[in-house]
Amino acid sequence: MLSDLSGWAIAAVAVLGVLSVASGIAVFVVDSMARATFALLGSFLAVAGILLALDLVYLAVVTALMMTIEMAIMAVFMIMFMMNPAGLMPMTMVHNAKGSAVVGAGAFAVLAVGIWTIDWPTRSGEQPPDSTRQLGEAIMGSHMLVMLTIGIALFATILAGTVLATARGRYDRFGADLTARRPDDPVPGGLPR
Amino acid sequence: MTAELVLQILLTVAAGLVGVGLFGALSQQSIVMVMMGLELVLNGVLLAGGAAWFFLAPELPDAQVLVVVALVVMAVEMAMGFAVTVAIYRARQVDMVDMAADLRG
Repeated sequence: MLSDLSGWAIAAVAVLGVLSVASGIAVFVVDSMARATFALLGSFLAVAGILLALDLVYLAVVTALMMTIEMAIMAVFMIMFMMNPAGLMPMTMVHNAKGSAVVGAGAFAVLAVGIWTIDWPTRSGEQPPDSTRQLGEAIMGSHMLVMLTIGIALFATILAGTVLATARGRYDRFGADLTARRPDDPVPGGLPR
Repeated sequence: MTAELVLQILLTVAAGLVGVGLFGALSQQSIVMVMMGLELVLNGVLLAGGAAWFFLAPELPDAQVLVVVALVVMAVEMAMGFAVTVAIYRARQVDMVDMAADLRG
């Protein structure tokens, strides 16, 4: 059976595939944390391009937009936390690099052996005219449980992020049993209970 | 080029991303770099999901839904990862995983 991808799409997928892995490797090779962030962005954009070639337009656009913003935020955190954000001097911050390389290469080898030895099923069914509509109808219909779970997980993330971001909560101010009459604030004048 | 060959090549690229990400997540000392390794693993899942949808069962939305779940896992990992990083840095000035080895046996 011939692939349904046209010639240019196969060429684009090949180039983007190489680019995604090369950018992924670059993340852990470059000296600068900021450069590593943008290398990771390159890897994500290459995968988004492959998804685009596979007619998954919505998922490709979501991946590209989400990851661009995410990496922009990540670059800010990098510059806040890291001692070498600009890569002005060579730097490696690794532990157990050899063992990690063995685990990474081993995982790749196991997956590759599986990929190249499995007798893959042939394609079943026809591609829908609009893959975005197919996804939308699925998450609002037959796969709604997935969407509900995602919604609750994201809501829990918002709550947990807020709790972790709070420097001083009510337990810091009023004691573990919340019985202190006056809040223990570094500067008086905070809100009462 | 047969469809099966293209699928296998794409899945091999995805496996490469998973392998590189695993190496990064295990070897890096900086907490933010560990998160970047995990993101690369999930990037491989995105690619494998998209390839599986196109080449195996495009009439079913399941693989697309899997890609959506992987995207949400990425967002949650990033948000919670940064929240924990900021919290532990504020409490103890820890920004490397080796500095937070209290529970090491």
